[in-house]
Amino acid sequence: MTDAGTTNLAASRALHWQQATITAIVPQTPRVKSFFFAPSHPFSFRAGQHVDVRLTAPDGYSTERSYSIASAPEMKDSIELAIERLDDGEVSPFFHEVAVVGDEIELRGPIGGHFVWDLADGGPLLLLGGGSGVVPLMSMIRHRAAQGSTIPVLLFYSARSWDEVIFRDELMALDDRQDGFELVFALTRERARRERDYERRLDTAVLTEVLPRLPQAPKHVFVCGSNAFVEAAADGAIATGIPRGIIRTERYGG
Amino acid sequence: MITRGFTGRQRPPDIAKRLPPGQSLTEDFPVLSAGPTPHIGIEDWSFTLKVGPKPIARWNWAEFNALPQTKQIRDIHCVTKWSKLDTPWQGVLIDDILAAAGLDRAPTPFTLAHSFDGYSTNVPAADLVGGKAMIALRYEGAPLPPDHGGPARLLVPHLYFWKSAKWVSGLQFTQHDEAGFWELRGYHIYGDPWREQRFTGD
Repeated sequence: MTDAGTTNLAASRALHWQQATITAIVPQTPRVKSFFFAPSHPFSFRAGQHVDVRLTAPDGYSTERSYSIASAPEMKDSIELAIERLDDGEVSPFFHEVAVVGDEIELRGPIGGHFVWDLADGGPLLLLGGGSGVVPLMSMIRHRAAQGSTIPVLLFYSARSWDEVIFRDELMALDDRQDGFELVFALTRERARRERDYERRLDTAVLTEVLPRLPQAPKHVFVCGSNAFVEAAADGAIATGIPRGIIRTERYGG
Repeated sequence: MITRGFTGRQRPPDIAKRLPPGQSLTEDFPVLSAGPTPHIGIEDWSFTLKVGPKPIARWNWAEFNALPQTKQIRDIHCVTKWSKLDTPWQGVLIDDILAAAGLDRAPTPFTLAHSFDGYSTNVPAADLVGGKAMIALRYEGAPLPPDHGGPARLLVPHLYFWKSAKWVSGLQFTQHDEAGFWELRGYHIYGDPWREQRFTGD
C-alpha cells in the first residue's frame, strides 16, 4: 500500500460533487460576469476559498476548473463566482455564452485552507489584487462588512482600465463608509480617475506610499493575480520591510 | 451529469489518453505557490538527507551537482487542473542520492520533502526510488528559475505536482506517513492524478 495514511485523514469530510442551479447572471465588466449558484447541499466556507466546477459533454467528456468564491460566507443560499471570459478558453466561454439562469452545474467545495481569512484572524489586512485576482479578496472584504467590523483593511487593486475594475461601485461605496476600509486603484492602461489612485504598476515605491493608509503595519498580507503581478507585489511588499512569512499568495492563470 | 449545451474542446486520442480525469492541456508553464518566491543563492544552498530527526548526509551546491545526473522527459499534472506533456528535466535521481549516502535502499517506508520556505510534502519512499523521482536542477536545458522552484525542486511526476516540492532543501525519511503543508489543508495524502486524488477523501 502506498497510501496507507489516507484513511485516518480522509474519514472526516470528503468533498462530494453536487448539482447547483444558476440563479442569476450579472455582468460586471466587459469580460467578467458574476454567476450565482444555489447548491443543492449548501455548505459553509471561509473567505478566500474556492470551488471546483465540472462540465460534462453528452459523449462523457468532462473538464474541471477552479473558481474563487466572491461572495461573503454570510450569504447562505447561493455563492457568487466571478468568471472572466478567456478568448481561448474552454469553460469560461461556455459560461459567458451558453449558460443561462436555471441551468444546473456540478460543483464541489469549499477547497483551500491557506489563502483564507476571517475576523478572528485579525488585522490590519493588506490585500493586493491584480485583475480577476480581486475575487477571493472581495469575499474577505464582504465578510468584514457583513460583520460590521472596523478591522483596518487596505485593498490595492490593479486593473487595466476603469471599466475593467470588477465590483467597482460596491468597493467605492464601502470606501465611502470610512470605517477602516481603504481603497486604492491602479490602472495600468489608462489615466487614474481619483486623486489617490495610480496609473502605473505596483512596485516598492507605490507600496511605500500607500502603506501609511493603514494605522499599523499589516498583520496579514494576501496577494492574488497573475504570476507576474504576484511576483512584483510580493517582492515589493518584502522590500518595504513586510515579513515574508505573513504574505500568502494565490496565482491565477493555472 | 450532462451539462446542457457543453461540448468541450476534445483532444486527439493520443493526447487525450495522456490527460488524467478532469485535467486540461496547457502549453505554457503556470506558476503556483503558497507564498512569495524565495531567491536562494547557490552559495547558500544545501541538500540534507535525514532519517527521522538525524541528518545522515549533506551536500553543498558543487557537491550535489557532482553526483550522477539523469535526464527525463515526463508529463506533469497540477491539482489546479492543468497538465503539461513532455517536460524535459535534468537532475539527480533519489536512487543516486541514496547510493551516495551509502544506502542500498530506502531506510523507512515514508518521506517528507522539506523546502527553504518552510513548505513540506509527504511522499511514500516507494514512489521516489526505482527511477521514479529526482531532485531536478535543470528544466529545458537551463538552470531551474526561482519561480519554478530553483535552484532545485523535487520532481515526482506521477503524483500531482504539489508533491514536487519547490526550493527543496532536504529529504527526511519517516516511519509513518506524516502530512505536509497542503496535505494538512485538505489536499489528498497521496495525490494520484489517475485516480483523481485531489482532496481528502477522494
